[in-house]
Amino acid sequence: MREVAIIGVKNTLFGEQWDRSFRDLVVEAGVGAVEDAGVAGEKIDSMFVGNMSGGQFVEQEHIGALIADYSGLAKNLHVPSTRVEAACASGGLALRQAICAVASGMDDIVIAAGVEKMTDVPASKASSALAAAADREWEGIMGATFPGLYAMIARLHMHRYGTTSEQLAEVAVKNHFNGQFNPIAQYRNTITVDAVLNSIMVADPLRIFDCSPITDGASAVILAPADIAHEYTDTPIYVKGTGQASDTIALHDRRDITTLEASVVAGRRAYEMAGLGPKDIDLVEVHDCFTIAEICAIEDLGFAKKGEGGKVTQQGETAIGARIPVNTSGGLKACGHPVGATGIKQAVEIVQQLRGEAGKRQVDGAEIGMTHNVGGSGATAVVHIFSRNR
Amino acid sequence: MSVPRFWRKQIARYNLVGTYCKTCEEYFYPPRNVCPSCRREGEIGEFKFNGNGELVTYTVIHAAAEGFEGQTPYVLGIVQLEEGPRLTSQIVGDPKEMHIGLKVRPVFRRLGQSGERGMIYYGTKYVPA
Ligand SMILES: [Zn+2]
Repeated sequence: MREVAIIGVKNTLFGEQWDRSFRDLVVEAGVGAVEDAGVAGEKIDSMFVGNMSGGQFVEQEHIGALIADYSGLAKNLHVPSTRVEAACASGGLALRQAICAVASGMDDIVIAAGVEKMTDVPASKASSALAAAADREWEGIMGATFPGLYAMIARLHMHRYGTTSEQLAEVAVKNHFNGQFNPIAQYRNTITVDAVLNSIMVADPLRIFDCSPITDGASAVILAPADIAHEYTDTPIYVKGTGQASDTIALHDRRDITTLEASVVAGRRAYEMAGLGPKDIDLVEVHDCFTIAEICAIEDLGFAKKGEGGKVTQQGETAIGARIPVNTSGGLKACGHPVGATGIKQAVEIVQQLRGEAGKRQVDGAEIGMTHNVGGSGATAVVHIFSRNR
Repeated sequence: MSVPRFWRKQIARYNLVGTYCKTCEEYFYPPRNVCPSCRREGEIGEFKFNGNGELVTYTVIHAAAEGFEGQTPYVLGIVQLEEGPRLTSQIVGDPKEMHIGLKVRPVFRRLGQSGERGMIYYGTKYVPA
């Protein structure tokens, strides 16, 4: 298997973008990443696009071809383009497929992109589209919503481990604090624990400030074999590990409702491939679609003991400059969560950090970073480990 | 949900019929065609649950799912049946009386309706036992 490097990255602005279309967003990200890498179109061997619900959000399918066309890679170059779908893990999975294409030797220069345009439909329609990531026939039909499923995880976590609403709120407060330094973030305002605790209830015990927003945005990265990465950039970032795992689609079928076993296993596979462990990681972007999700994630990935995710967060151990900075980008909570793009955006953040280009949110001396992207309530998880050194 | 999609699983929904695997002695609801534990080694047959169980976790939903707008706040829970499998269901009752470990029993109820003149879905909800 060949070693793989990231040689170019680009995020669009994240947020409500009424003036820009689905294809505008993804072309901006794709072209930006290609320019960052200094790659010519003729060099591109293939493209993987993470997208969850183009069919429901913009009534467009055949996303792979659409994006190849509008990025100028279809008409004369006929670059193969593949859409990858795994709910909110679509982006992370597109990246993994792109890594596999380069690692296998099949392709050299590959684009991994992710995109979602969620604000062209009313919020109720968007929620319904997102609910399709859970089991429609046995959860959705009972009136389950995504916040509702994570609320049931939160309730049991609180009951079993004494996790508090204040500790959940601290996740949102930290991620908003980090988000203020990220120029692409949807929200660049700070918030307080009181503001979270006084926001309206969505699904008890989760309030609106415990939830990530509905967002438009796109992200892209360019991959190359590590052996030739220096031909394109002075600061290639190397892919050291990748792991993916599946679990039951319905939350009620999980062995332990407070543990996302797919995260545990995907993390273990990535750690094993990289020959690294949690102590080696300098920063991590985790899937905080809800505040409880970040608490579970840091436990599942080995950054906190089971049940202590809330406590560790409250003690400030996950802040920039502390033991393990989590979600320096602002996370899904403050940066925004365009579902198909999120997994790629996490990789862009880690690359910028490892290049030392993260500005006011820079983690000093960051050498090894991790991304963690979840689909649904935990039926898919994708974890990547990146390093500044080969 | 489309009529055929609902209709196909009507017996399982109305009567809490799932499956039992003789090989690993595990029970499953909703019914499975292949045993998730022992896969093709499994020997799967129908099993009707008595439905009694207890509340594993729950939430009170304030921002409703599409089609449930008139019902807020409603309680959504995960119920563990006596034989072991768990399912997601609405729990009918006062949200303040809900707690983890609450003993519950099934009731036959209207679940919803597709549009104003569409099919009415029936199925199982739970009440405190
Ligand atoms: Zn079996």
